[in-house]
Amino acid sequence: MIVARGVHKHYGAIHAVDGVDLDVRAGELFGLIGHNGAGKSTMFKMMLGLIPVTAGEIRIDGAMVAGHGGANGDFRAVRRKIGYLPENVVLYDNLTGLETLQFFARLKGVSQADNHALLERVGLTHAARRRVREYSKGMRQRLGFAQALLGKPRILFLDEPTTGLDPEAIRGFYAILRRLKGDGVTMVITSHILAEIQERVDRLAIMAAGKVQACGTVQSLREQMDLPLWFSVRVAPEDFEAVRAALGHLPVGAIEAHDDHIAVQCRREAKMAVIAALATLDGKVRDLGVHEPSLEDVFFGFSD
Amino acid sequence: MEFAQIATVAGKEFWDRIRNRWVLAVALVFTAFALSIAYFGAAQQGTVGFRSIEVTIASLVSLVIYLIPLIALVLGFDAIVGERERGSLDLLLSMPITRVELLLGKYLGLAGALAFSTVAGFGLVGLVLSAQLDLAALFHYFGFMLSSVLLGCAFLSLAVMLSVFAADRTRASGLAIAMWFFFVLIFDLLLLGALVVSGGQWGGEVMPYLLLLNPADVFRILNIFALEDVRTLYGLATVFPPTLARSDLLGLVMAAWIALPLAIAAWRFRK
Repeated sequence: MIVARGVHKHYGAIHAVDGVDLDVRAGELFGLIGHNGAGKSTMFKMMLGLIPVTAGEIRIDGAMVAGHGGANGDFRAVRRKIGYLPENVVLYDNLTGLETLQFFARLKGVSQADNHALLERVGLTHAARRRVREYSKGMRQRLGFAQALLGKPRILFLDEPTTGLDPEAIRGFYAILRRLKGDGVTMVITSHILAEIQERVDRLAIMAAGKVQACGTVQSLREQMDLPLWFSVRVAPEDFEAVRAALGHLPVGAIEAHDDHIAVQCRREAKMAVIAALATLDGKVRDLGVHEPSLEDVFFGFSD
Repeated sequence: MEFAQIATVAGKEFWDRIRNRWVLAVALVFTAFALSIAYFGAAQQGTVGFRSIEVTIASLVSLVIYLIPLIALVLGFDAIVGERERGSLDLLLSMPITRVELLLGKYLGLAGALAFSTVAGFGLVGLVLSAQLDLAALFHYFGFMLSSVLLGCAFLSLAVMLSVFAADRTRASGLAIAMWFFFVLIFDLLLLGALVVSGGQWGGEVMPYLLLLNPADVFRILNIFALEDVRTLYGLATVFPPTLARSDLLGLVMAAWIALPLAIAAWRFRK
């Protein structure tokens, strides 16, 4: 669906994007994460055809949106397939929510018929006729999202989409993304809130210093990074030593005693052996939790 | 080029100015000044009341030549740089619209608002005076209104060009003010200074052509040469050859002043 090949973007001596290859498949929710200045936003803008590439090319649905000689094909047809929610979306204060959608629907050349439904979808029906200047940050973000959904786009670019949203609105936002994914919409999302996207994206790319450092599913990146797992073993304090003894012969890392549980670090290949050893403790283990490394751990592993 | 896209952007810009009462405010300013000049322009000579269209237009030209360029520059200086600085330009450009369409839409919407307020403001005064004017006088007054609109469009075009080149709104506003000073206050002084310093040897023959390099001067000449009585009031009339003073030719020059900055802006904005 979206293919980037050897993409470079140089601003003088600064290499904002430095030889990026990416493949975003049709219908997937693809995450693009990185520190500030990692090149995500530049990559986003090039994928949208907003800025030219220095070298390489980017294609959406086969049509070149950035590359040697600029965009080709019918750029309007490509743009009509795309919805874009910029980071810190800025809309027009003097328009109402409904007028905002009417303006962008006209620009996009799509029907006005869905405007009210879109406002309802993002929970802004009550504010449809209020000027945007009276909207809170979260309401503006939701209106921006409604704008991105105009014309039932096949591809969505969402740059930090949950900025300013409260927890309930974030949940509602991801519920909409799930439904869109069910409809086969391809989505590219950036976020600094890694915990928020780690369970939601199909695949992601970690960018640092203008390069893609790693790309794959969260699980494959964990395995690639080979970060240790953590076991949380709930036992009575008098049984702590029994746990230590049972795990003593295994290749585990740190064993830390807490008030009501023991935290055990081990490598992925020792996971089943640890579970088997704990099973021999015969009723002493009251509960067991296995914690995979978080996306944050993976991210810092690759980006540092 | 899709005209529907241009019309969408132009419509938004135009209605924004209607809605925030910019058009109304500017129209009222023009009406107030025009009425004051028409009825009280001769107060210093001890008379009040409308005297003649020639004198009224001559006074209005002196006013408009300062006011309209300023209003047009203020209106257009942040057309593009403002969108860029606020962060809304990327969203606009992610739509199925080309940069040239966006630029033209912005320009036409703003030009529409400026033209509407100019015609409404001066037109109202024209209606008030119409009982005292014959057809020829009405024609002259209409010509003055039309040339005022062209003057506004020319400076608006310059403002939009600045807005494309400027890195931020602060610089754009500074450049707009500098441009106003240059064209409205300094340009003629420079020409006259060159004439005086050279004892009339330098620039005498090219002076009329050099005047065409300033849209404010083109506007002045357009209005001066349309009226016999007024022509005699201006010394410049003596150095301006009648062959150059054809209103169709001067209209074309004004059109070039509108088109050229816009073309440069479009070229730069596409890069």
